[in-house]
Parts: sequence; C-alpha cells; structure tokens
Amino acid sequence: MTVARDVNASVDSGERRVVISAGFLRRRRLVGLVMQGILFAAAALSVLVTAGIVYVLLSESVKFFAQVSLFDFLTDTEWTPVFERPRFGIITLVSGTLMSSLIALLVAMPLGTILAIYLSEYANPRVREIVKPFLELLAGVPTVAFGYFALLFLTPIFQWFIPGLSGFNLLVPGIVMGIMILPYIVSLSEDAMRAVPASLREGAYALGFTKLQTALRVIIPGAFSGVTAAYILGMSRAVGETMVVAIAAGQQARLAYNPLEGAATITAYIVQMSLGDLPHGSLAYLTIFAAGLTLFLMTFTFNIIAFWLRQKYREVY
Amino acid sequence: MTIAMEFQPGSRLPQVDGTALVRKARRSDGRFEVIGLAVLVLSMIVLLSLIIDFMVDGLGRISYDFLTSFPSRRPQQAGILSAWVGTTLVMITTAALAIPLGVAAGVYLEEYAAKNLLNNLIEINVTNLAGVPSIIYGLLALGLFVQTFGLGEMVLVAGMTLALLILPIIIVATREALRSIPIEIREAAYGLGADKWQVVSMYLLPTARPGILTGAIVGMSRAIGETAPLITIGALTFIAFLPPAPVQGEFPFVNLDWLFSPFTAMPIQMFNWISRPQAGFHVNAAATGLILLAMTLLMNGAAIWLRYRLRTRY
Repeated sequence: MTVARDVNASVDSGERRVVISAGFLRRRRLVGLVMQGILFAAAALSVLVTAGIVYVLLSESVKFFAQVSLFDFLTDTEWTPVFERPRFGIITLVSGTLMSSLIALLVAMPLGTILAIYLSEYANPRVREIVKPFLELLAGVPTVAFGYFALLFLTPIFQWFIPGLSGFNLLVPGIVMGIMILPYIVSLSEDAMRAVPASLREGAYALGFTKLQTALRVIIPGAFSGVTAAYILGMSRAVGETMVVAIAAGQQARLAYNPLEGAATITAYIVQMSLGDLPHGSLAYLTIFAAGLTLFLMTFTFNIIAFWLRQKYREVY
Repeated sequence: MTIAMEFQPGSRLPQVDGTALVRKARRSDGRFEVIGLAVLVLSMIVLLSLIIDFMVDGLGRISYDFLTSFPSRRPQQAGILSAWVGTTLVMITTAALAIPLGVAAGVYLEEYAAKNLLNNLIEINVTNLAGVPSIIYGLLALGLFVQTFGLGEMVLVAGMTLALLILPIIIVATREALRSIPIEIREAAYGLGADKWQVVSMYLLPTARPGILTGAIVGMSRAIGETAPLITIGALTFIAFLPPAPVQGEFPFVNLDWLFSPFTAMPIQMFNWISRPQAGFHVNAAATGLILLAMTLLMNGAAIWLRYRLRTRY
C-alpha cells in the first residue's frame, strides 16, 4: 500500500491502467544503487576496524621490538619497564592473565555446564522464561561494578576463611570473572545442546535412559564441539577482561604462581600505564602496544579455535 | 547400560529388579535437578548480594548535592555532575554513530550480500570483532584517533571508540530481527512491484524495528558501563567544568563544541574513587556504581521486556 502511494503513477480513468513513468524507474534504480553502496560501505567499515586494530598494534610493536629483542620479550621473567634498567618479560604479565582466567574457567565450566544441562533438559519453559532474562541481567552488570564487588566485598569475606590472602589477589577476581562469564558460557552451551536433534534424545528415552543419562551420554557427546567452543570463548573473555583485575588483582608485575597474591595482568598493566602521562613514542608508551598485541593474539587464537569448533557442530546437524 | 552388561548370551534371562533400577535412576535424576537449581540459586545470590552491597554502601550518599557537585578532594563534597553529563554526551555520540552504522551493515549482510569471498570475509570479521577485548579498542583509539589523527581526549573520540565497540552487537541484533521476518512478506512486497530498497525501507526495517531497538538498548547498556577503552584514550578523572551546552540562545541554536570538549564519565569517576585509599571515596564509588548499576539493569530489563512483549508475531 505504501508502495502504491509513492509510485509516481498516472491512472487513466477510462481504461484503469497504471502507468509508471520511465523517470520514476530511473530514479528508483539510482536510489537503490546508492543505498546499496551506502549499506555496503557500512559493512565494509567493520573490516577497516580490524585492519586499523592490526595496523596500530603492529606498527607500534615494530617500533618496540626495534629497541627490545623479541627473545628477551618472550624469555625474561621480569617486567619492569619504567625502572632505570628496564626489563620486558611478557611471561610475567601473561602468567597473571592466565592464572586469573583459569580460575575463572574453573568456576564457570562446572557451574555453566550444570546450568546449561538443567536449562536445556530439565527446566520447564516457565522456569526458563525467568532464568534466561536473569542471566542477561547478570551479563549486563558493568565490569567496574564487579571490580568494586571483588575488592571491597568478596576479598574481605574470603580473608576470613583464607588467612594468607592478600588484599590484592588473583583468586577473588578470578572467581568474580567466572561469575561474569557464566551467562555467556551457559547460553552458548545451551544453544549447542539444543542443536542436538530431538530424535537422538527420543531414541535415548526409548531405550530407557533417564534425563541425566541422556544428558551425559547423548547430549553432551553430541554437543561436544559446541560446548568446548563455549568454554574457549569464555576463556577468551576472561583473558581480555580488564576492570575486575585492574581493580582487585593489584598492579605488581610478577610471575603468578600463587593465586593468593596479587599480580598484574596484561590488561591491568595497560590500564595502569594509561592512567599516567605517557610521552608519545617513548619506550614505556610502546610497551602497552606490545602488551596489547600479545593480548590480541591470545584472544584471536581462542576465537579462531572456537569459531572452527562451532562451524563443526553446525555441519554435523 | 547396566541391563546390557548383566545379560550374558546363552545364559538364562538375568534376574533384573526393574523397579529398583528405575527407582535408582529416578533418584539420581532428581539429585541432578536439585544441583541444577542450587547452581541457579547460587548465581542469583551473587547478583543479589552485589546489588545489596552497592545499596548498603552507596544508597545513603546519593543526594541532590551528590548529583550536582563537581569532584573534590574532600569525599563529602565530591559529586558526579561532570561524570553524568559526560556519560550522557558520550552516549548520545555513540548512539548517533553506532545505530545507523550497525543497522546498515546488518541490512547489507542479511539482505544484500551474495555468497562470495568478500562478503564471507566481512561475516567472519564481524564475528571476530565481537570477541576482541574492549581494551584493544581503546588501544586502537589511542593509536589512531588520538595520535595519528591528532584528536585529543574528547567526547567525540570516546563516542567513536564505544561505537566501534558495540557495532557487532547491533549488527547481530539487526540480522536476527531481519531473519525472523517470514519470506512471504518480502515476496508479497516484490509482487506489488517494489524493488529491493523499497522492500527493505518500507517493509523490513519497520517490521524489524523492535528487534533492532532491543539490540541497540543492550549495546548502549554495554557502552555505558565500559571503562577500559576510555582510560586508554586518556579520559581525565578530575574535571571541574562542564562541556559547552549543546543548545544555545542565538542562531543556529545548536552548538557542537561539546564534541571536542574534555570529559569524564561515570565508570571512570568510579574507578578513580575505588583506587583511592580513603573510605569516604569508596562510599562515593559505591553511590556512583549504584546509579550505573540501576541504569544498566533498567536498560537490560527494558530490552528483555520489549523482546518478551513483541515475540511470536508470526
């Protein structure tokens, strides 16, 4: 109806014939082409963003590695970029990042899997209706709020039970990050579980399997690649998470083998350096890009593996 | 499984106590259901205790003065005026950039893109961008907008950075909304003589509007609490003035100078107060966090409600 009104049509009342002028068709064609071009440009912008990220990280890192050898960067075990004799062992920051992320994963993996099984196999639609929005709310909490919660609420409580826990530590931020990525893992693994065809489920029931047996022996093996992808994407999130660790894990760069002590992560280091006044082009300024490149490569690897795994389960069903 | 193992070929049928087996299976089934519920309740408790913690710490601090004062060295006199004004302006910029761009890209990928290498590349790229940590966007903005383009620490740069950050969210929401429109709508419109752009602009976009709106709200609520990228571009934490007002008395009545003004934002202000040792500032941080929390929860709640209400139209 809207179309008819906009068409530049002349109605010959005698024959009741609609004539669309050639001029209108030309204009319509032109508008269509222009709009398609604009839409394409918007979609192509996303490629430019990626290109921009890669360009910025690489170009600044190249300058960094002109002054610091890649070998030292990868093997040194200290990270003291602003000392008089600076050392640049990225392992230090990576260890803090991996430690806190692994704690997060240890929390989120079992809880997320149980919740996903519960939601996809047990919960009736009414419960799901309530739980899913709730998980979305949990996912919507700003990370800086989680940071406050970790530092000023949970850490003092945990210190009651764990005497050696310092005020800044990796354990509590790790647990909080686990809660943060929980909704994400639940929704991704539930999607994978629901993608398992109903016929498999029904076949299992017909053989006398209970819901739990079906879930453990049919659904999870069937959704294995999707569930694994969920874990990996959760890990990727935790690795890139910034504010919780910047607030509650401390700023001290050291090899993180003890989760009860604080240690800086890659993200926390970038935040810490950005807060100060960094002279453009100085070595300290370049370190945040070298650290950023390391972080980008880590998350990129996780994302690619997860992408490939998800592609796989889409092919199966 | 158990039955199969107890059955030996050639022997007589085994004596299986079926009722006992069923009872056992039911019990373990029930036990898992309890565990699932317990995990659910546990995560709800975490969210609730977070909200309650912020209320206990910060609710008493929220007052008219708190909302209308600039930051100060004395915690009792400090307020979040420049922070919430900054957040509002940055959000306006972000929305103005991210929503049109995201919707356009979503429409292209869902309605126009033919299956070829270039479009495949764009698709994979959008998926990948959604997984890039927010702080990397901050580094992009620092290296590109601030250093290369010479734009300083200003509202415009913050808005652009956050817009790029939430672009994938809006693209995905737009695509899902378009995908849920039945093909018949398109065919009917083509049958009436509409061309592609007419179908998109007159039928598909209006129909997809609720879904797109939901995605936009979720994206904005993500942007509003985002802290790390703003820190890397150098957002100041101590700002005791307001950007120029967007509206003015004389011609042309609209003033865009605020885009180029330094700013602070609520999450930045909150982070700054958390990092100080004095407990008084922690109270301020909690109050700021409570407002931030209320805003994001309300926005997410609105999105959920919208989706719930507008579902199952076909």
